[in-house]
Amino acid sequence: MREIYLDNNATTKVDERVFEEMRPYFCELYGNPSSMHFFGGQVQKKVDEARARVASLLGALPDEIVFTACGTESDNAAIRSALEVFPEKRHIITSRVEHPAVLTQCRNLTKRGYRVTELNVDGNGQLDLNELEKALDDDTAIVSLMYANNETGVIFPIEEAARIVKKKGAIFHTDAVQAVGKIQLNMAESAIDMLSISGHKLHAPKGVGVLYVRRGTPFRPFLVGGHQERGRRAGTENTASIIAMGKACQLAEQYMADEAGRVRELRDRLERELTALIPNTRINGGGTDRLPNTLSIAMEFVEGEGILLLLSDKGICASSGSACTSGSLEPSHVLRAMGVPFTCAHGSIRFSLSRFTTDDDIDAVIKELPPIISRLREMSPFGREYLVQK
Amino acid sequence: MWDYTDKVKEHFLNPRNVGEITDADAVGEVGSLACGDALKLFIKLDENKERIVDAKFQTFGCGSAIASSSALTEMVKGKTLDEALEITNQQIADFLGGLPEEKMHCSVMGQEALEAAIAKYRGVEAPAHGHGHDHVETEGELVCKCFGLTDVFLKKVIASNKLHTAEQVTHFTKAGGACGGCIPKIKELIAEVMGEEKKAAAEKPSKLTNLRKMQLIQETLENEVRPQLWADGGDLELIDIDGSTVQVAFRKACAGCASSGYTAKFVEQKLRELVSSDITVQEVQG
Ligand code: FES
Repeated sequence: MREIYLDNNATTKVDERVFEEMRPYFCELYGNPSSMHFFGGQVQKKVDEARARVASLLGALPDEIVFTACGTESDNAAIRSALEVFPEKRHIITSRVEHPAVLTQCRNLTKRGYRVTELNVDGNGQLDLNELEKALDDDTAIVSLMYANNETGVIFPIEEAARIVKKKGAIFHTDAVQAVGKIQLNMAESAIDMLSISGHKLHAPKGVGVLYVRRGTPFRPFLVGGHQERGRRAGTENTASIIAMGKACQLAEQYMADEAGRVRELRDRLERELTALIPNTRINGGGTDRLPNTLSIAMEFVEGEGILLLLSDKGICASSGSACTSGSLEPSHVLRAMGVPFTCAHGSIRFSLSRFTTDDDIDAVIKELPPIISRLREMSPFGREYLVQK
Repeated sequence: MWDYTDKVKEHFLNPRNVGEITDADAVGEVGSLACGDALKLFIKLDENKERIVDAKFQTFGCGSAIASSSALTEMVKGKTLDEALEITNQQIADFLGGLPEEKMHCSVMGQEALEAAIAKYRGVEAPAHGHGHDHVETEGELVCKCFGLTDVFLKKVIASNKLHTAEQVTHFTKAGGACGGCIPKIKELIAEVMGEEKKAAAEKPSKLTNLRKMQLIQETLENEVRPQLWADGGDLELIDIDGSTVQVAFRKACAGCASSGYTAKFVEQKLRELVSSDITVQEVQG
């Protein structure tokens, strides 16, 4: 069975070219970049090159790039740093639809006496900047808002948000794990102070991330020890993965046009055809700016896990906003925050595309999904009046 | 992805008895859209209204909900209503070769639907625990508001499945799985059920056969002692039982813990309380 992988917001395939680039740095060029000898020095050069490549994708300066172990570490480091920089400030602002890497951390901090404001989103999953403005006060140390949502692809107006926050003197961080490589960012002209990236979301391996820290932003390291990453992240560099990250960013720069064009067209076609073929659907976040590769479609009266298992039986890998797939019992916090009715939230499926997605992949979903939905709806005690007559 | 047995997969991919019986003798409905799973069960009896000749279902829910419904309809066919009522959620799970613990609530839902159908047929008060906010009358006190579950229902599931942590209760009934506000109350219910069991045990004749004693020691360690050690990151292993001497070795956080002596005393106390008063516990390096 051919596998049709449409779960790229969960993780991506390592690009072969990325893999080739990192391969020598395990058994041959295994030097420690901190060593004084030539053997470590050549690795150091390659790490510098990677740093420059990441910086180039972001429109940033190489010394603004800090390599970490993952997006979660980047998020954690950013928030903790800001709180240490402003020990007198006790307020954090974030949103209800953040990734757990931010949300769980913020909620844990409330137990240590921090005040956390979680901004609401509207039915499209979009932020209200007035609400942000009102929530800010002199006590706010950091505002952390995601660039684009992993479940719906909804893009927040991050630059506007950052400018509002900077006027109040707080630090602005964005979790851009889903956005980087898919939409154009330019740190040189941005008001963002810190930004998180994860390698495995853009065809680098798992276990490497980046925290962008704008020059001049006060910073306190999360990991302390040696002087790696200019004292901002101790620990011997994960050199092979860092080198992979550099290559992945270079490729992402090249493929940005593809994401914006071909991938978006594939996504749009999938969306059009599925909504035409399956009655009683809605597109989560459909009414606002979204990532070009993400489609979150809600189908009434069916439950997500059933859909996923039947899709998987046909070789199609997607993901769901349903609770039953995760072992939790409520539908995703993102869909709930958007006020997606329960009738739909349980039956939401996310398809996330990548540069490797083909026309055939999309054709397969268009062919397989509609009969799966009618089959499950026929089995369901609800919404029977909506069943398609065959 | 869940680790489903082949039998679960088979019943999910090819569910038996999907649909409705228009002239059904009994219909039982549990769950709701909001809860994320629901089951409508139709039962048809023979001419003498004795045995179940047909059963069909409609399910909204995950893979295991569909598989459990399919299993249930297969299991009830040919049974009398009384025999059908004997079916436990554990038997539904066993029929499927087991369900992940997180999914046991699917099997409980099957058992509930069956009870509801039969109660309705007999014209008696449905064993209304309120699952799915569908029932107006509820027997007992509402414990979990999010999933509409009462103490009567929860205690029944706790007792029949021998649950001893709030997390397990969530896996079996969903109670506590949303806002979590009811978890303290669930813990109280567990304590209550355990207390009742202890009392029942105390009333049993004190003379135990050796085999029964060994069984009881093992059960007590598994159900009463180890879960408490796990909570603190520890564990123990039963090494040997010789008459009334029980040898255990401590593992994980308990191993090498300075207060393992106290832990051994705790274990001994539990065993004396629940098995027999002459037990001594020895800590050994195993
Ligand atoms: S009251 Fe039980 S989970 Fe909310």
